[in-house]
Amino acid sequence: MTSPKPDYRNIIQEQMRRNLRKRILINKAISVYAIVCIAAAIIPLGSILIEVVKNGAGVISIDFLTEPQGSIGSGKGGIGPAIQGTLIVVGLASAIAAPVGVLAGIYLSEFAGDGIFAHGVRFLNDVLTGLPSIVIGIVGYVTIVLVLGSFSVVAGALALSIIMIPIVVRVTEETLKIVPHSLREGGYALGISKAKITLSIVLMTAKSGVLTGIVLGIARIAGETAPLIMTILGTSLFFSGLTGPVDALPLRIWRLASQPYESAHFFGWGAALILILIVLGLNLGLRLLARYKGIPIKAEV
Amino acid sequence: MAASSTSKEFINKHLGGKRRSDKLFRNIVIAAAAYTVLMVSLVVYSVAQGSTQIFSVEGFFGFLTGTDWNAVEGRESFGALPYIIGTLVSAAIAMAIGVPISLGIAIFISEMSPSRLAGPLSFIIELLAAVPSIIYGLWALFVFRFWIRDLIELPLYNAFHNTIPLFAKYPFGLDVFTTGIVLAIMIIPIVSSIFREVMRVVPNSQREAAYSLGATRWETVRVAIIPYARSGILGASILGLGRAVGETMLVTLIIGNVTGIAAIPTSLFSQSQTLASLIANEFNEASSDLHLSALIGLGAVLLLLTLVINIGAQILVKKTVKVPTGGGRE
Repeated sequence: MTSPKPDYRNIIQEQMRRNLRKRILINKAISVYAIVCIAAAIIPLGSILIEVVKNGAGVISIDFLTEPQGSIGSGKGGIGPAIQGTLIVVGLASAIAAPVGVLAGIYLSEFAGDGIFAHGVRFLNDVLTGLPSIVIGIVGYVTIVLVLGSFSVVAGALALSIIMIPIVVRVTEETLKIVPHSLREGGYALGISKAKITLSIVLMTAKSGVLTGIVLGIARIAGETAPLIMTILGTSLFFSGLTGPVDALPLRIWRLASQPYESAHFFGWGAALILILIVLGLNLGLRLLARYKGIPIKAEV
Repeated sequence: MAASSTSKEFINKHLGGKRRSDKLFRNIVIAAAAYTVLMVSLVVYSVAQGSTQIFSVEGFFGFLTGTDWNAVEGRESFGALPYIIGTLVSAAIAMAIGVPISLGIAIFISEMSPSRLAGPLSFIIELLAAVPSIIYGLWALFVFRFWIRDLIELPLYNAFHNTIPLFAKYPFGLDVFTTGIVLAIMIIPIVSSIFREVMRVVPNSQREAAYSLGATRWETVRVAIIPYARSGILGASILGLGRAVGETMLVTLIIGNVTGIAAIPTSLFSQSQTLASLIANEFNEASSDLHLSALIGLGAVLLLLTLVINIGAQILVKKTVKVPTGGGRE
């Protein structure tokens, strides 16, 4: 009385087929999810660009770019002082941050050993990258605005330079590190001094990468708003001296958006269009160039 | 790696830095490096200096746990608790939405998409990272908040406002929920880029082993890549958290800007305030030295919060992403 042997082979095969169908289904579901995620990132970018161009293009004119702002709510005038102020403050900040950042990057890549100072510099640089920009604005306020007794261009430039330095340091260090060591050895074999090797051989080889870092830093600080509130204040007048307040594009956008007038909102969109053209233009050009030349750019920048 | 590193050592020992010009140059670059250290100390000094007054009036823990925000002369009382909560709640919403989406993006770009598509896609994501936050704020205030209100908040409110307290408040689109979503959009590019970076350093043998066992693509990601990149993924998420916590301008435009006990959100659709947004909102209108000091005190709290978050994240990311040096692999 032996019961007929169950057909294990078929049962197992059936089980596996069902299993496989389930696994493939899960795999498909995850693929769909990933594509939805991509869309979730691209739709906001698309919408931002469309809205900024749609609402901003209408107010752009020569007057808008050069005139100071008219009386509040009148819808007259322009954002001339804001454009001028951004150029001045960002220019000054980069004049501090670019040389300091590049030299500190050279230190980390060419001179730093395994000592406490080198590790400390690297670590604090990472710390500096992560600090909220509004906290950095406090530096400009406490050390310059309070001392001078007036909101000033210098304070804004100091704050923005603190934001820009770690970006330049990191990109410089990383691009100098990928310069082949044999180039340096060639220099030493010729009896050239280390200073000259670093500046004329290593830095020149990595030139485009270092420049990329600087310009990305500029693009980043051009859009910064928070530290400017506590340093340059914002004004409707043109530049009046390094120790006086000045306006800036992102700050002007913020103030315009907070006003209860339609015309102010459109001015805000117009200013946003100018700002986005500057920032995205710099980014787009550089990232394309960097890709073309094979320069690594870290996302955190 | 032996040859190149010994030649490096030899050069450093015997050739570099013997001449006077070399010594000068060395001192200049060290000075530049020291300048960056000086800037960090300047940040800490300024924040400490600016906030001494409020901490001596309210006491450090008194300020941290206080809920009043009254700048009227004679009745001044300042407490940071509501804004600490507002900051953490909006950042938590941002993480809950941003991290899974970033993970999906990173998995798609690094493991699924054809290589022809991966380049342009990561390029677009990088552009998203370059948009200044004030422009996100402008867009969120005039466009996006109406999408959120009409498509998500109102349906949720209509369905659940009697049953679930989380949705009990009538939504206007200017609340912690919208803020969290816009913050999520802001941190997605950076978080997903670091995720990709972390996944890139997972050795190919991991993937090959999983595929050769017959794993599907998702199973490969699940069993061979995510476990390997775990601490890096965690670190990148925390780095994103640091960004969300410190973000200022877009928050001031869409969180509703209430102060005092009302800033503690009681539902998803409550208006609130974060540490950073309150500083930005009131800095130019500060009525007294104490009020100003209270705002800088909020900055001190924010500084401590982001320091803890960022240092934790750095340690975790460094554990997985080690940059291979010239001669050999680590």
